[in-house]
Order: sequence, then C-alpha cells, then structure tokens
Amino acid sequence: MAQTCPECEGAVALAEPVRLSEIAQCPDCSAELEVVSLDPVKLETAPEIEEDWGE
Amino acid sequence: MPGRPLAVLASRVRVEEKLILAELDRRGVPYEHLDTRQFVATLPPVQSYAAVLGREISQTRQLYACRVLEAAGTPTVNTADVIALCGDKLLTSLELSRRGLPTPRTAVVLSNESALAAIEDFGFPVVIKPLVGSWGRLAAVIRDPETARTVLEHRAALSSPQHQVVYLQELIDKPDRDIRVIVVGDEVLGAYYRCSPDWRTNVARGARSEPCPLTDELVKLSLETARAMGGGLLGVDLIEDRDGRLYVLEVNHTMEFRGFLAAHGDRIDVPGAIVDYLLAQAVW
Repeated sequence: MAQTCPECEGAVALAEPVRLSEIAQCPDCSAELEVVSLDPVKLETAPEIEEDWGE
Repeated sequence: MPGRPLAVLASRVRVEEKLILAELDRRGVPYEHLDTRQFVATLPPVQSYAAVLGREISQTRQLYACRVLEAAGTPTVNTADVIALCGDKLLTSLELSRRGLPTPRTAVVLSNESALAAIEDFGFPVVIKPLVGSWGRLAAVIRDPETARTVLEHRAALSSPQHQVVYLQELIDKPDRDIRVIVVGDEVLGAYYRCSPDWRTNVARGARSEPCPLTDELVKLSLETARAMGGGLLGVDLIEDRDGRLYVLEVNHTMEFRGFLAAHGDRIDVPGAIVDYLLAQAVW
C-alpha cells in the first residue's frame, strides 16, 4: 500500500497487513512515521525518542 | 482457550512486534493490541486478559502498565519486577555481583561533583553510562581526566536526577564484537555476535550480526543470568575478553531480535518461541 509522507509528500510503501502504531521510514526524506489510523490509513511523524526508550 | 484474550503492550509496532502479531494471527489466538499511550486503569483493576506480552518501548509506561495488570492477577511477560531489575543498570549489577556472576568491575557515585576523584581512583579507561536507556545512548568511554571533566560537566547540565548518578564500568578489551543471547524461559534459543569497530556494538548503531555457536559455558552463564533477573523472555548481552573469558554486560527485558534474524534467518523461530512462552503463562 502506498501512502504519502506528511513531511515531504514522497511515496511511502507499507506492507500488508498495515497495523496501527506501525513505524515506517520515508525513503525520500528519512522521516520516521507512525500509522495513526487504519480506516483510512493515515501517517504522522513518529514521536521523538524519549530518555527511557529501549530494550 | 479462551475466555479472555491475550494482549500485546506496544506503542510502536516495529519489525519484531509485527512478527509476533503475525504469529498470533497465524495461530488464531485472540489478542488485543494495547497502546500504552491510551492505557487507562481505574483501581482496583480487574483482570481482562489471559496474559500480557510487554513490547512497549517506554520503560516507564511498560513498568507501570505491568504493575497495574499484575495487581489485577494478569500474568505479564516479562513481570514488572524483571523490568525494574533489567531496566536499571545499577540494580542489574547489584544482582549479578550478589550472585557472583562475572561482570566488569563496576562503581557508582551519587553525584557528578564527587565523580572526578572517583573516576581517577577507579582508573582509566572507564565507561560511564546512564542508569536507564539503551542502544549505547549517552554512554562514553573516558581515557583521561580532561575527558572525564568534560563529560561530567555535560552530565551535570542534564535535567534528570538520574543523570546525576554516575555509573562507572571497567572497559573490557574485547574483540570487535559482543554476544546477544536470547533466553526463553529455561532455554537458550540461540546467540549471535554483534560486530562493529565501534566500542558500542548495538545493532541499532549499525553493528553486523553473525551466528554465535552455543558453548556449554555460554549457555550456563546465560541461564544463570536470566534466572538471577527473574526469568522470562530475555536478551542477555555478554562480552568476551582477549582470553575468551565471558562477562555479563546487561540484560534486556524487551529484546529486539532483528539482529538475531539477520544472523540465523528462519532456522530459529523467535516469534514462535515467544508466543509459545506467552501461551504457557496464560490464565484463560
């Protein structure tokens, strides 16, 4: 499924099945994007990394 | 099976989470995806899930979500106690040293002001690490007093009180690699080398993954370490010195395994093993 990057309007391909909160990277501008809705599929810029993120 | 569904805690669905969710779909196991950013619980909490798998990237949200879920009687993988222990490098080190497990020489100083003298006593080179965090973020190798002073000044400017705690560790002279061992319950699933000329050999920093053979020593040390942390699904990070001695560096409670997959391909089914373990904990 092809979507449009909200940062640069480049094409972002998402593999099926698309999942809520899935993370994708725009191949044009390298923005990290998050799937915020499924019907319709909508991408937003993913949250910035936080101090306590990790494994 | 079920009464209640399983749940997977995750605010970011990355490669690993997609593989786990796909495995649950494949088996037809009912589950909900719980985004911790929308997590609300009124006390006393009630049990809604047969078991919960924590794949949350924020340690704080994951820890408190698991505390609430456990209070409702829900089995969590991993447990909140395991998350609290693995998520804090000092608590991990204390437990490793209490059990006599091999780990690099470690010290802690509770203020940046006292740290310079402590570092000079400890000896160079030394690694300074934040207590919480992953992927080698804000970790630094210090080889001389001038660098120590500079790093401590930068740390003093950070707002978090935890950054005023100085955790020091001996820099082990190792080959350009470390070892990630994946432990599932009482079993070592496999291991891989993370190879990089950078002293931080995190896959998230571009380290290359290669299969690591399982030796008796490696398996024994990894299982003892996992048990020390309370068990569950754990990524045990080991390093070897130039003489081949193994040391436990840290234990990861929400392990990433894309590096493992890059090293082993589909010969070892990590998502399958995770789902098997989760199902074994479930109270339907």
